[in-house]
Amino acid sequence: MSEKGKVQVSVVVLPKAEILDPQGKAVLGSLKSLGFDEVADCRIGKVVRLTLNGDGSDNALIRRKVSDMASSLLSNPITEDFEIVFDKGDESK
Amino acid sequence: MKFSIVVFPGSNCDRDCHHVLTRVMGQEADYVFHKERALPATDCVILPGGFSYGDYLRSGAIARFSPIMDDVVRFAGDGGLVLGICNGFQVMLEAGLLPGAMRPNRNGRFICSDVRLKVENNRTPLTRATQEHGLLTMPIAHADGNYYAPADVLDDIEKHGQVLFRYVDAKGRPRDSANPNGSLNNIAGVMNRAGNCFGMMPHPERASEAGLGSEDGKVLFESLIQGRG
Repeated sequence: MSEKGKVQVSVVVLPKAEILDPQGKAVLGSLKSLGFDEVADCRIGKVVRLTLNGDGSDNALIRRKVSDMASSLLSNPITEDFEIVFDKGDESK
Repeated sequence: MKFSIVVFPGSNCDRDCHHVLTRVMGQEADYVFHKERALPATDCVILPGGFSYGDYLRSGAIARFSPIMDDVVRFAGDGGLVLGICNGFQVMLEAGLLPGAMRPNRNGRFICSDVRLKVENNRTPLTRATQEHGLLTMPIAHADGNYYAPADVLDDIEKHGQVLFRYVDAKGRPRDSANPNGSLNNIAGVMNRAGNCFGMMPHPERASEAGLGSEDGKVLFESLIQGRG
């Protein structure tokens, strides 16, 4: 849980499903050779962890703002999708 | 002809461009720092290669929001000529000045190599002095040169003659074996629909002097200059 007056949000950026992900494929191969047969697919992206000022009383507003950040800078809408994940403890505020 | 070469933090091909444009081509060229709010009076803007902002987040993703880019977009919207080379091409894609996006090379490695290009459209300000379907040799040096566009955008680009260059083999065939980075349709360079914005991953400024291995890049600068004459 983030400190008072701050909200932690993570933006998870992944390549779109239809995009070839050679990195993910390479890691999938490695996992399988390590014996993890149960892995069917692997995609590699990035996480942007944001700490926002505020008491987090309006999560919907925060979500909209972070969504703007994600679609304008943090992800490339042509090749990537993003998910917004609130820090545990901040979701319910 | 007056060229303006934008310099972002991390650009490193600006001086090579300046050298070729002034000392090899005998033209005027100035540097424009990315923090400037306005371009000087100019005939052509060059966005050079390099690693603007360290390629952080995505190549060109941060540079596209540099202060000067508002005026570069305005200049392009007014029909001004803009040429993006390598990282410059990436900046133009991120800024929406050109269609599509760049992805990491399919083999996950930085590739530094000469490539053979076929000129797909020689009726543009960047290629008018080239032979139709002519082959040009010039170097690439990049880790994120894998050109991508969604299927409908790709069809559109192809249909409207917006593909400038393709990676080809010695016989001019866009074979997969001639594709260094996985770019769709072996695309190495594109232009916008209006025909004034150009982006290419190979470095023509590194192939403009015989002593450096190839003069094939010179013809592209000649094309730009010719149009002005």
